[in-house]
Amino acid sequence: MSKKPILQAVGLTKSYGRVVALDGSDLELFPGEVLAVVGDNGAGKSTMIKCLSGAEVADEGQIIVDGQQVSFKRPQDGRHAGIETVYQTLAVAPALDIASNLFLGREMRKKGPLGSVFRMIDSSGMRKAAKEHIAALGIGTIQNITQAVETLSGGQRQAVAVARAAAFGQKVIILDEPTAALGVRESRQVLKLIESLRDRGMPVILISHNMPQVFEVADRIQVQRLGKRAAVVTPKSHSMNDVVAIMTGAMTVDKKDQALTSVR
Amino acid sequence: MSQDTATYDAAAEFQDRASISQKAQALLHKYPWLSSTMVLVVASIIFSFFNENFLTPSNFSLILQQVAIVGAVAAGQTLIILTAGIDLSCGAIAVFSSMTMAKLVQGTPGEGEPVGIAIWLAFPAGLLVGMLGGAINGFLVTKVKLPPFIVTLGTFNVFLALTLTLTKGTVPSIEMDPFLLTLGHYVNLGPFRVTTGVLFMFAMYMVLAFVLRYTSWGRHVYAVGDDIDAARLAGISVNRVLMSVYMVAGLTFALAAWIVIGRVTVASPNTGGDLNLDAITAVVIGGTSLFGGRGTIFGSLIGAIIVGVFRNGLTLAGVDLYYQLLAIGLLIIFAVSVDQWIRKARK
Repeated sequence: MSKKPILQAVGLTKSYGRVVALDGSDLELFPGEVLAVVGDNGAGKSTMIKCLSGAEVADEGQIIVDGQQVSFKRPQDGRHAGIETVYQTLAVAPALDIASNLFLGREMRKKGPLGSVFRMIDSSGMRKAAKEHIAALGIGTIQNITQAVETLSGGQRQAVAVARAAAFGQKVIILDEPTAALGVRESRQVLKLIESLRDRGMPVILISHNMPQVFEVADRIQVQRLGKRAAVVTPKSHSMNDVVAIMTGAMTVDKKDQALTSVR
Repeated sequence: MSQDTATYDAAAEFQDRASISQKAQALLHKYPWLSSTMVLVVASIIFSFFNENFLTPSNFSLILQQVAIVGAVAAGQTLIILTAGIDLSCGAIAVFSSMTMAKLVQGTPGEGEPVGIAIWLAFPAGLLVGMLGGAINGFLVTKVKLPPFIVTLGTFNVFLALTLTLTKGTVPSIEMDPFLLTLGHYVNLGPFRVTTGVLFMFAMYMVLAFVLRYTSWGRHVYAVGDDIDAARLAGISVNRVLMSVYMVAGLTFALAAWIVIGRVTVASPNTGGDLNLDAITAVVIGGTSLFGGRGTIFGSLIGAIIVGVFRNGLTLAGVDLYYQLLAIGLLIIFAVSVDQWIRKARK
């Protein structure tokens, strides 16, 4: 139970003009767990993960990765620290094919002078690697790796985005509302992906509105309210109704009843 | 899993039953240059019926010489349009670069002998001016965050004004440096007789096509035009890509200016005023989407040649100049309609 958090945020604050989106919020993610972050609209969920991934810069507060304090200025910084994020907007280039999207921003170069002098990218190598990554996650419905992403269904696109995160995430994978735009069958696929990530020992932060899904996959649930962390509970200790009550402020949880340390 | 496979088979079967128009749409979606190539082939065949001189090597050599300048400018313009931008100042940058080269070589006539500087300084200076013009556009687009249309509409007038200030509106009549006229020389390639400017333009396309297809930078250009937010979140330095695109484009405009000097043998402030619209026309007819992220550089070459073929073919067929303009106009609308139709299919 004395595990150290792999990713920790202390007192994160972020405001947009006069709107305070994050008001001194904390977060701890422990190795090998799925931490769900829930909260009403405007509770600061998306802003928090944007700060954690480097897409936004927090006004105040600290981010600690693996015991080291970091300061992220750009999305690249988060990635360099081993944090991969699947954004709600998916962040895939629709006209590019699956392999190009998987390696977008970190293309493989050809070996030898073709790569170092002429800067040629290794298309066939990337295609091969992309196939392996997709297969490793058990996404069977994608057959042609050279398909443009825009020809895929919503679930398949999501799978591509998750596969990219899984392929490059070294320490943490953050998923922002991964099932919000998906149908039932596709949502199942994504939940399975999350479970397979956890089985590989990869810590995951899952932002979601969908309570049944959260209770299905999460080890711990962090409830955000008005830009602050209201409580951290587990699916065993509290019911969905409790969580909704905490979200709306109808219920508070005493510190000693919270799940502030790893439960795995 | 078996259920998934079954669904997939059903989908595949459904695809097999797709109508001919859907198949055509899918094909054009995959190869955006296909429709423009077809237009080029069909138009050439039709024009050859009207005039037996049309489909001859000498006539095609002539067409290629006529499109060399627009083609070279369209190459740079394609890069910018691929990023969902547009450059209205390309012609003005080209003219300003050519005037810079000519003026530096010749010096300013006034009291006494004009004193020019050496060509090996003047020529790079002209290229630098082109890149600098592109850098100004790039800076205003990425840092000041103005829409490319407005930025380049502004700089179009600025560069034009600078050119006129430099020349006081006159055409320098002093003999041109021989190096600057290099791209006006003729070479024989089998039955074809073209200028080195044509070959130089082809080389520009080869280089840019290679870079777009085989380097990370090329992928990033497409990604930025496709979805700029997605590109940024994917870790691409969006501003750096845009900045480099505008600068490389500026360089191609300056190189196009070199072709201009070779062709008209003087640097005139009056050549190239309508280059911007001609270049955009070539890019659009070549199947590159004005919304960015879709198209090929060779499409623009074909687009430029199509415009040349139409002008030449209609002239040889004895069609009035006014109707030639009409034909080009309809061609643009046709090209953009095809682009929209292809995009709609995949929404």
